[in-house]
Amino acid sequence: MRKHRNRRLDIALALGFAAFVALPWYRIDGGFFGFGWLANFPGDPAVAPGLLQIAAYGRWWLIVPVLLLVLAAAARVTQDPMRRGSLLAYAGAAGIGFLALQGLAIGFSGWTWTVSETLFGPLADGQLSMGAGAVLAALLFVLIFAFGLAERGALKGDAFIVGAISILVFLVTVFVFYPIGSMMVGAFQDFDGSFNPEGFGRNIVDPSIWSLDCLIGAGRCGVAWRTFWLAVMTASGSTLLGLAFALVATRTGFRFKKSLRLLTVLPIITPPFVVGLALTLLFGRSGVVTEAVSAMLGVEPGRWLYGLTGIWIAQVLSFTPISFLVLIGVVEGVSPSMEEASQTLKADRWRTFWHISLPLMKPGLANAFLIGFIESMADFGNPLVLGGSHGVLSTEIFFAVVGSQNDPSRAAVLAIVLLCFTLTAFLAQRLWLSGKNYATVTGKGDSGAHAALPRSVSIGVHALVIPWAMFTLLVYGMILVGGFVKTWGLDNSLTLEHYAQAFSVEFRDGSLAWTGVAWNSFWTTMEIALISAPLTAAVGLLTAYLIVRQRFAGRELFEFALMMSFAIPGTVIGISYIMAFNLPPIEMTGSALILIACFVFRNMPVGVRGGVAAMSQLDRSLDEASLTLRADSFRTIRKIILPLLRPAITAALVYSFVRAITSISAVIFLVSAEYNMATSYIVGLVENGEYGVAIAYSSMLILVMVAVIGGFQLLVGERRLRRENRIQSVAAVPASIHQEKTA
Amino acid sequence: MTIEAPGSVVFQNVRKQFGVFVAIPDLSLTIEPGTLVTLLGPSGCGKTTTLRMLAGLEHPTSGRILIGGKDVTMLPANERDVSMVFQSYALFPHMTALGNVAYGLESSGLKRKEARERAEDGLALVGLAGMGQRLPAELSGGQQQRVAVARALVLEPQVLLLDEPLSNLDARLRRRVRTEIRELQQRLGFTAVYVTHDQDEALAVSDQIVVMQDGGIAQQGAPRDLYELPASAFIADFMGEANVVACDIISVEGGDATIRVEQLTHRVPGRDIRPGPAKLAVRPNAITLKPASDAAFGGRITHAAYLGDHVEYEVKTAAGTLFVVDPAVERAISPSTEVAIGFKERGIAIISA
Ligand SMILES: Nc1ncnc2c1ncn2[C@@H]1O[C@H](COP(=O)(O)OP(=O)(O)O)[C@@H](O)[C@H]1O
Ligand SMILES: [Mg+2]
Repeated sequence: MRKHRNRRLDIALALGFAAFVALPWYRIDGGFFGFGWLANFPGDPAVAPGLLQIAAYGRWWLIVPVLLLVLAAAARVTQDPMRRGSLLAYAGAAGIGFLALQGLAIGFSGWTWTVSETLFGPLADGQLSMGAGAVLAALLFVLIFAFGLAERGALKGDAFIVGAISILVFLVTVFVFYPIGSMMVGAFQDFDGSFNPEGFGRNIVDPSIWSLDCLIGAGRCGVAWRTFWLAVMTASGSTLLGLAFALVATRTGFRFKKSLRLLTVLPIITPPFVVGLALTLLFGRSGVVTEAVSAMLGVEPGRWLYGLTGIWIAQVLSFTPISFLVLIGVVEGVSPSMEEASQTLKADRWRTFWHISLPLMKPGLANAFLIGFIESMADFGNPLVLGGSHGVLSTEIFFAVVGSQNDPSRAAVLAIVLLCFTLTAFLAQRLWLSGKNYATVTGKGDSGAHAALPRSVSIGVHALVIPWAMFTLLVYGMILVGGFVKTWGLDNSLTLEHYAQAFSVEFRDGSLAWTGVAWNSFWTTMEIALISAPLTAAVGLLTAYLIVRQRFAGRELFEFALMMSFAIPGTVIGISYIMAFNLPPIEMTGSALILIACFVFRNMPVGVRGGVAAMSQLDRSLDEASLTLRADSFRTIRKIILPLLRPAITAALVYSFVRAITSISAVIFLVSAEYNMATSYIVGLVENGEYGVAIAYSSMLILVMVAVIGGFQLLVGERRLRRENRIQSVAAVPASIHQEKTA
Repeated sequence: MTIEAPGSVVFQNVRKQFGVFVAIPDLSLTIEPGTLVTLLGPSGCGKTTTLRMLAGLEHPTSGRILIGGKDVTMLPANERDVSMVFQSYALFPHMTALGNVAYGLESSGLKRKEARERAEDGLALVGLAGMGQRLPAELSGGQQQRVAVARALVLEPQVLLLDEPLSNLDARLRRRVRTEIRELQQRLGFTAVYVTHDQDEALAVSDQIVVMQDGGIAQQGAPRDLYELPASAFIADFMGEANVVACDIISVEGGDATIRVEQLTHRVPGRDIRPGPAKLAVRPNAITLKPASDAAFGGRITHAAYLGDHVEYEVKTAAGTLFVVDPAVERAISPSTEVAIGFKERGIAIISA
């Protein structure tokens, strides 16, 4: 056992020293994995390893982590296990802390903070961003810290578990909290990073954000209020429609109930701006409907679609299925016996509905409302397509950095405002609604039938649902057909031109040439989606395992923080990533890595949710049995938990793959010429007015995703354990995952 | 297969807290190698917690645990030389019976082939030879239980832990399986710690019984001692029903005491006691009843129930209401009859509280 501990520690220490000797300490311009640096290694100061940086190039401060590593090595030969554990934990913690501190404090040209300059005197030379050596060293300090805690008996002395938790916390800190923190700091900074509260002061009181002029009829309201107003309207609209759909699907004899449920798949496979795009083709200035109406009535085609009205319609179309999905559960959860009880108490159907069923659904309705609110606030694609430059917070943030204004401080302030709105809604959802759920799913097999709807309500919901469902079909039909029409409104003849332009291939000199304009971004998208999906699923499920199965200090806080990252709009993530990862200590902008990191940490909470749901249904004694059968926790996860979680794993994989393809809000900040993603390429097409190609590309993406989801469904559908129902319900998890979509 | 070296188990001042809740305040316990010791007590008294600390699934808040003389307090579960049979069996549903039994062997680093062979032997040991290819869901409850036992035993642990292993079986099967477990333990000679809340089960299988109450040990001893010489009213009641009546200890000589209940005097075993008022635990079957209207110590039958092989009476006396079990069904006494009460030789014990 002692041998075991020493072996893992030896490996960590060896790798730790290797990080200082065998790898370039700083970031390589041409990319580490280009291996161009091998030619000049180790002599060149740009690629020299840590030890050489200390000895030859005046980076004397790096001696501290080396000494801490030596301290850890000294702990290796300490006899008393408690002392040894403490030494390791202290060395590890100090190592991470120091690496972070020096990275933040010393930039390209010396001290970043004036305090340190006055304290320690000026530095001869600054430093580049962290490279392979520095990153490896940081990770190993985290592991050494974890080994130390494990040897002190933390979490029953399980080094794998302590290590996993430490690494996760470290990664989440680096990829979620550090960027958000940088963004907040960025609000007070100039371009060169110096402290300047002027930008913040100017922006936070800017009337174009906060003005309430529209209320007194003196012009437009500020963007914050407009966004808020839009979110309230969208949330009301989608909740109302979602409830109507849910009632029709569960409480009436409607003929097409089954196909209604298919609607819920739509928001998952639709890139968020596609609905807006389809609306443009229908009702835009030269849309089919607009043209037809103006020809018939002889009126000038209007621009009414471009603005809050259009965004509102697009958002209600996009988010009603989500609300539908949430509310099906709520409506079905109202115990029939309560309704029956009401009816035996001489209440008629109307009274039962109004006084019993509806009040019981109230918390569920509030939940759906808040989800719709957050979705609308976070939506970027539809406002971008339909809002023009007078959009909402998320698009304003975008234009504040990419447009002519280029005012990062303004972008940061807007992002903070947006974040406050969504986090408030999230907290309301979590704190106020938790424990208020009267929906009673007892598992006792509540018999009895749900009360039929009162006649007036029944007519009402049908009147809402049927036209809206037709409208949705029309819009989606538009997406599929749109790519085959030459120029909408002007020349409605059919053509394959758009598809050819996007996806043509040629045989040249005996080899295949991808000549279509879309291929480049398409393959990049596939590549990045394929890399990030398994990572997302792995990180998400590991986190779920830790949350469900391990008891560690701060577990609830950890879970809460993770779930909170749901409520961070993609735009905010995007802006915070470029603010955080554009300068030392960590530079990643323009790489594929930043896209992957963004996807993994943005989509991970979904994997966590699905994993938590699935894992709560696995009897805990299964893991414990495995542990008492001499398997360590790693083997337990591999041999017992993973096989039993297969449906949840597939769901997480599919979901993160699809999300990586469809998301736009964060991505649009992070793409580069080299790594362009499909969605941002399509948005570019839309901005150039190339609607045909854009919609052709979009429908192609939708088809790819349908194929992927269908394929996985087939694979998973056949895997069941004979006569074993303990885990069958896990297969239901994919459905619940839909609820978590946030644009 | 035999267990090479059955291990002893020692708990030294072990304390276990869950947050602020103290589940085990201060437990010290020694278990001899090669014995089967039962932890017996009402639900929630800390039996499972004690067992889980031994398995390494919980770590004590303070104190030490030794297995086979070695301090394992800080060792994780997978590095301890014990194995456990779970109340729910916890068979891995996606592995065959053979796969389940081989799992622990493979985890300990055995080659796949050898692990499978030894697993076959293990299954044969519990009478499931040839059933290895079935999934747990395709086995009956009793068979699942045996797979769980085989899975734990093939690791040849120093100590085998069983947490209410029979609670998911029907009553008829329970009796058979407990005999099988006991036979297996005696044949292979391993140390076993067996948790149950059923005193019949405990009496039937154990070398030693440890009765637990509120996270502590109420009494420890051989089954017979516990039954016949309970140390407290709690144990007397828990080890089968008992009437607790007030008595006077008149004299003590040697290992025996003379006591008096109302007008009745009787000699009972008793050490380390002094004359004076005390309490007596009287087993329901240690009381004799004879119809008589003017007995020195008498009472009146208030209730009688015929239960096939015995009759149960409630008798109202000056010392309180007594519960009596009489096997003599052929001469059942009808209610309202006045009876004379006598004590039998065994089944009467002085208790301290
Ligand atoms: N993980 C835990 N967290 C908090 N309390 C626990 C935990 N496990 C057991 N307990 C408490 O400790 C006490 C003893 O439990 P246990 O050992 O399971 O009793 P039993 O004798 O029925 O097996 C009970 O009151 C129980 O509620
Ligand atoms: Mg128990």
